[in-house]
Amino acid sequence: MTKIKSLFISLVLTLGVSTAIAGSHGSTHDLVKERGKLMCGSNTGLAGFGAPNDAGVWEGIDVDVCRAVAAAVFGDASKVEYVPTTSKVRFTVLQSGEIDMLSRNTTWTLSRDVDLGLEFVGVNYYDGQGFMVNKSLGVSSAMELDGASVCIQVGTTTEMNLADFFKANDMSYESVPVETNSEADAAYTAGRCDVYTTDASGLYASRAGYPDPSAHVVLPEIVSKEPLGPAVRHGDSEWADIVRWSLNAMIIGEELGITSANVDEMKSSKNPEVLRLLGVDAGYGAMLGLSDDWAYNILSQVGNYSESFEKHIGPNTPINIQRGLNALYKDGGILYAPPFR
Amino acid sequence: MSSTTIQIISRSKYYNWLVKNLFSSWVNTILTVIALIFVYQVGSFFLSWAIFDADFRYNFQGELIIDRGFCSKNIMPGEYGACWAIIFARWNQFMYGLYPIEEAWRVNLIYALLPLAIIGILFDKIPFRRYFIYFTFIFPFLAYFMLYGGPGLSVVGTNKWGGLLVTLFLGVTGIGLAFPLSILLALGRRSKMPIIKSLCVVFIEFIRGVPLITLLFTANVMLPLFLPDGVNPDNLLRALVAVTLFQSAYMAEAIRGGLQAIPRGQVEAAQSLGLSYWQTTRKIVLPQALKIAIPPIVNTCIGLFKDTSLVLIIGLFDLLGIGRAALADMTWTKLYYEVYVFISLVFFIFCFGMSRYSLYLEKKLKTDNS
Repeated sequence: MTKIKSLFISLVLTLGVSTAIAGSHGSTHDLVKERGKLMCGSNTGLAGFGAPNDAGVWEGIDVDVCRAVAAAVFGDASKVEYVPTTSKVRFTVLQSGEIDMLSRNTTWTLSRDVDLGLEFVGVNYYDGQGFMVNKSLGVSSAMELDGASVCIQVGTTTEMNLADFFKANDMSYESVPVETNSEADAAYTAGRCDVYTTDASGLYASRAGYPDPSAHVVLPEIVSKEPLGPAVRHGDSEWADIVRWSLNAMIIGEELGITSANVDEMKSSKNPEVLRLLGVDAGYGAMLGLSDDWAYNILSQVGNYSESFEKHIGPNTPINIQRGLNALYKDGGILYAPPFR
Repeated sequence: MSSTTIQIISRSKYYNWLVKNLFSSWVNTILTVIALIFVYQVGSFFLSWAIFDADFRYNFQGELIIDRGFCSKNIMPGEYGACWAIIFARWNQFMYGLYPIEEAWRVNLIYALLPLAIIGILFDKIPFRRYFIYFTFIFPFLAYFMLYGGPGLSVVGTNKWGGLLVTLFLGVTGIGLAFPLSILLALGRRSKMPIIKSLCVVFIEFIRGVPLITLLFTANVMLPLFLPDGVNPDNLLRALVAVTLFQSAYMAEAIRGGLQAIPRGQVEAAQSLGLSYWQTTRKIVLPQALKIAIPPIVNTCIGLFKDTSLVLIIGLFDLLGIGRAALADMTWTKLYYEVYVFISLVFFIFCFGMSRYSLYLEKKLKTDNS
């Protein structure tokens, strides 16, 4: 009897979920304006990407995307409420409408984009699996790692990527299996393996915590694609546009050399794209349903992409990540925003 | 009797106890010595790590520690112990979460009033007990108003609550709401009315049959999907509902154990005196049943208090969650031991308090019996 009942209940639950997901939502933009603040799904704490500081203020490059959207919509980057989400609940929290956008080091993949009913609006950090070794090994490229012992989390995509990489380059490795990422970190620190591999940003964050970070190098080879970016719900393209172009405005801002420091001077620039971006040439904000100074607000309050990067994860922070792939396309990276016109 | 004789007697008593319990045979003597060495080793290591070689607010050079780079152990590895500066720097977050600091006096007030609100229930021999009990019933409304805000006070959304505030909120409210609910469930399960009985049985068995984490996920993730757009019950409230249901099912079973231990004769005697069902239950059965059920009830309460830390899975910043957020901040990363030891200590204080109270209660009620 109890069994049949619980079976019935779970059936009802499942049906309810699928219909609810299929159901349409109202205009997110109107909802956000009405509420007077942006609900942004953040990480529960990831160094440099999104975590509250000692004063309780959220900081990080993912957080800056939320602040940029708030600056665009309200003209005030501080009008954000952060909803900490774990990797397990992040998508449902977005689907249920509890948050307006998710900016939480989330990899853009086909199944998430299509099957989960999300819409990734861009990439704010190109991550990928990398390798870290002790400097004393004298290795400068992953191609020299033949025969090395590697600390690896069992049963992850990281493990498969590693096997593929070594096989493709006709090298062998000795695997030191561990259960979790922090265990891998600990095993590497204790010298149980030569190489520690996980997402490059994770390697940098681990390295920042070592007593002597300069004794370890992250090798230049990146063996998998992990594009991380903000996501919104499917089916509200106007809102997706606002989030997409808020991120793009930060990237274009860097491209055009507009920083939070010089944004006022740039208003009298002769470059027509600068004038369009900063709203001196009117009309572009209205297309998005925003005021004309929306991008000006982003750049003056949050700063351009480079400022955000340097402030939270760049070489002058403990995390010490080089721009690498995340440099602008004209500086040798792949960061590229469509033109602002 | 002169004072020296008392001393001799007490010393010999002490001596006898030692011989009897620790050195009764050579095997026991060896075990005692080994245990003492072990305790000394571990204890002295821990004490020197946690206290004697540790940094509190200042490092060994007398500088105020503002990030982990200032910790003595990071300046001279191997020479120094814990770096408690992270606890000081994040004290407000551990206590209030991300609650606006200029409003934190509201939380402090509630922390201060909480003992007054529960003292009337916990102890029956205090003066003016009646007024304390009145206060207990006013307190939840007062606490809601002070913490959440309302007319005259700015509203602080529960997404800003965190740390000990969330842990206590879930623990105290969960236990407080679950207690009456569990009594009804336990009585319902023993009821002779088939519908009530089967409802209670299904509820208890269903809730007990799933882990708390599943309930939390259901409350957090699935509930909002059924509700129409824009109707989003508060995240913390949903967790509270899950915690309360979970606790009431477990407590109901503990109370049912107590109910079953009451001999039928008690009920029959009460009925023959002409007492109604509710009179019998309230005056005869429940007082005895609850007394028997104290240890298991406190057991579930302690379990629940610790289980509240599971809410970090659904993104609530309870004490553990806020500690992990502190570790994710580049300023303090890798100070794992300091944060986890501190959190364990806080949990220990509350759980040990509950356990001591239950012992006190058992002793007090036992004297009535003998």
